[in-house]
Amino acid sequence: MEQILHNRRAILLLVGPALLVYSSVVLLPVVWSLVYTFFEGNVIGGFHFVGLQNYRQLLSDAAFWQALTFTLKYAVTVTAGQILLGLLLALLYVFYLRRASALVRTLVFFPVVLPTVAVAQLFAKIFAIAPQYGLVNAGLALLHLDGWIQAWLGQGSTAFWVLALMDIWRAMGFYAVLLYAGLVEIPAELIEAARVDGASGLRLVWHVVLPLLLPILLSALIFSINGTLKVFDSVLALTGGGPGQATTPLTLYMFNTAFSYGQYGYGSTLAMALAVLSLLVTVMIFGSARRDVA
Amino acid sequence: MMRSDVAARSSRPAPAPGFTRVPRWPPRGQRSRQPRRRSHLRWLRRLPVRLLLVLLLVIEVYPLLWLLLSSLKEDAEFSLKPLWALPAGLYWQNYVEAWTTGNIGLYFLNSVLTVFPALALILVLSVPAGFALEVMRWRGRNFVLLLFLAGIMVPLQILLLPLFTIYFRLDLIDTRWALIVTYTGFGLPLTVFLMAGYFKAIPRELLEAAILDGAGLAQVFFRVAVPLVSNGLVTVALVQFFFLWNDLLFSLTFISSDQLRTIQTGLLNFTGQYGQVAWGPTFAAVSLAVFPTLLLYLLLNQRVIKGLTAGALKG
Repeated sequence: MEQILHNRRAILLLVGPALLVYSSVVLLPVVWSLVYTFFEGNVIGGFHFVGLQNYRQLLSDAAFWQALTFTLKYAVTVTAGQILLGLLLALLYVFYLRRASALVRTLVFFPVVLPTVAVAQLFAKIFAIAPQYGLVNAGLALLHLDGWIQAWLGQGSTAFWVLALMDIWRAMGFYAVLLYAGLVEIPAELIEAARVDGASGLRLVWHVVLPLLLPILLSALIFSINGTLKVFDSVLALTGGGPGQATTPLTLYMFNTAFSYGQYGYGSTLAMALAVLSLLVTVMIFGSARRDVA
Repeated sequence: MMRSDVAARSSRPAPAPGFTRVPRWPPRGQRSRQPRRRSHLRWLRRLPVRLLLVLLLVIEVYPLLWLLLSSLKEDAEFSLKPLWALPAGLYWQNYVEAWTTGNIGLYFLNSVLTVFPALALILVLSVPAGFALEVMRWRGRNFVLLLFLAGIMVPLQILLLPLFTIYFRLDLIDTRWALIVTYTGFGLPLTVFLMAGYFKAIPRELLEAAILDGAGLAQVFFRVAVPLVSNGLVTVALVQFFFLWNDLLFSLTFISSDQLRTIQTGLLNFTGQYGQVAWGPTFAAVSLAVFPTLLLYLLLNQRVIKGLTAGALKG
């Protein structure tokens, strides 16, 4: 039996093809990308070595800092919204709806599976101003709040909030289910014991439920922030990064640098900066959590 | 008033015994004998939550309903009537226009022709890999598993330029192969990782018994192990389907001709061309992109939810 499970040729046959495809499509490009950060050029014009030039450019590039600021602002806002609303929904499912929550869970999860481009298109129409008012502006007109009617997607400040709203709407059902699964796992006896001791309502949630939920909350936080730091589809489909550069995140700036201006070296440097950023944030969350627990 | 209020508060069931298996107090029979006023009070107390629920459902469902209704309106209706009015009739012409003139039909076919081959490849590659990583005994097993795990974290953007260079050299830019290969490689890490988890859940004695009974490795794999993880197989396939079907970035990068666009890039392009003026066909096109996914989700929702959240926790 041991012989069968140690069969090297079989192991190679089983795991080899997957490892080969994975290495050439994912691992090799990661290393390749790192090499690109020391070069400049593109596939058509050829490449030349520039040393650390791309990294120096990064530090003095105003557009990079603007994109970074937008990315961080967006990531913090949307992650906070997703986790907070997800948590509230999960508490609602567990404490108020109980067994009857399956239908609501399913409905609120709806938008998670929808194609981003389609959702963005829908939101663009809801917040439209031309050629005619969308749902929001038409509703404001009906309520005679004419002063509020505006080009929601045509100005950086409001476009940011529409974008954030859309991505929170899209994902809150996902985090609700994730946290719900964590809440159901908490032993009923623990909650009951806390109740007997006189804890209820907010105090119960804050002092008993949340600490027990912490590991799942942490996973959700890391998953969410890693997704929002890499936002691309929603931005491209809803605002195209505009007006001007106002809603351009790092990902879109990288994409434009590489494919509109043909700068693969600087594009790779931007991608690398993004990867380092997500890694840093993840490690930071882990680190602060460990301190809390200890 | 004060007194009865206090009494009501002390005798009502604990506000939130939501956790399963919590004994209800007071038991149902007793509660029904309470005076009517208290049940009114109860109803009032629950009102905010009920309103919140209704609001929640409106926020989740109304946009989609509005989308569906709008897709059946003639263009003139958008400017002449309120946006929330019901369509005057069923104007299917929008769908015809989106599907044929707007090329949505073609984009749909392209998506099917890239996503399903990639999905098949992912499964064919990752099921044996998961088996080897979890059931077989060899040195370096944990290292390889870790290698796959690292891939889950890699941002897509890092892969873009090197892959573009490779495909450009191999003359694969603007072909379906570029997408199929990328989708496969990119879908592998999570799928391998989840499959390994499913194989781990099989009791080892079961596999050992099969071997003792004289089964070869192929028989153990095909006759015992794979049937036991078939449930998990469907789940990971579903998860990957949603990821790949909704892909925008790769399709945008590797495909340039309109003839090969997938549904997401096609829709992006479509709304760029028609979006400003023709709302009817645009809504129809968006509906065509949304409702098949929605239908699949409605049929298999519990499985989809479980699969997608499992991916998040493991990753």
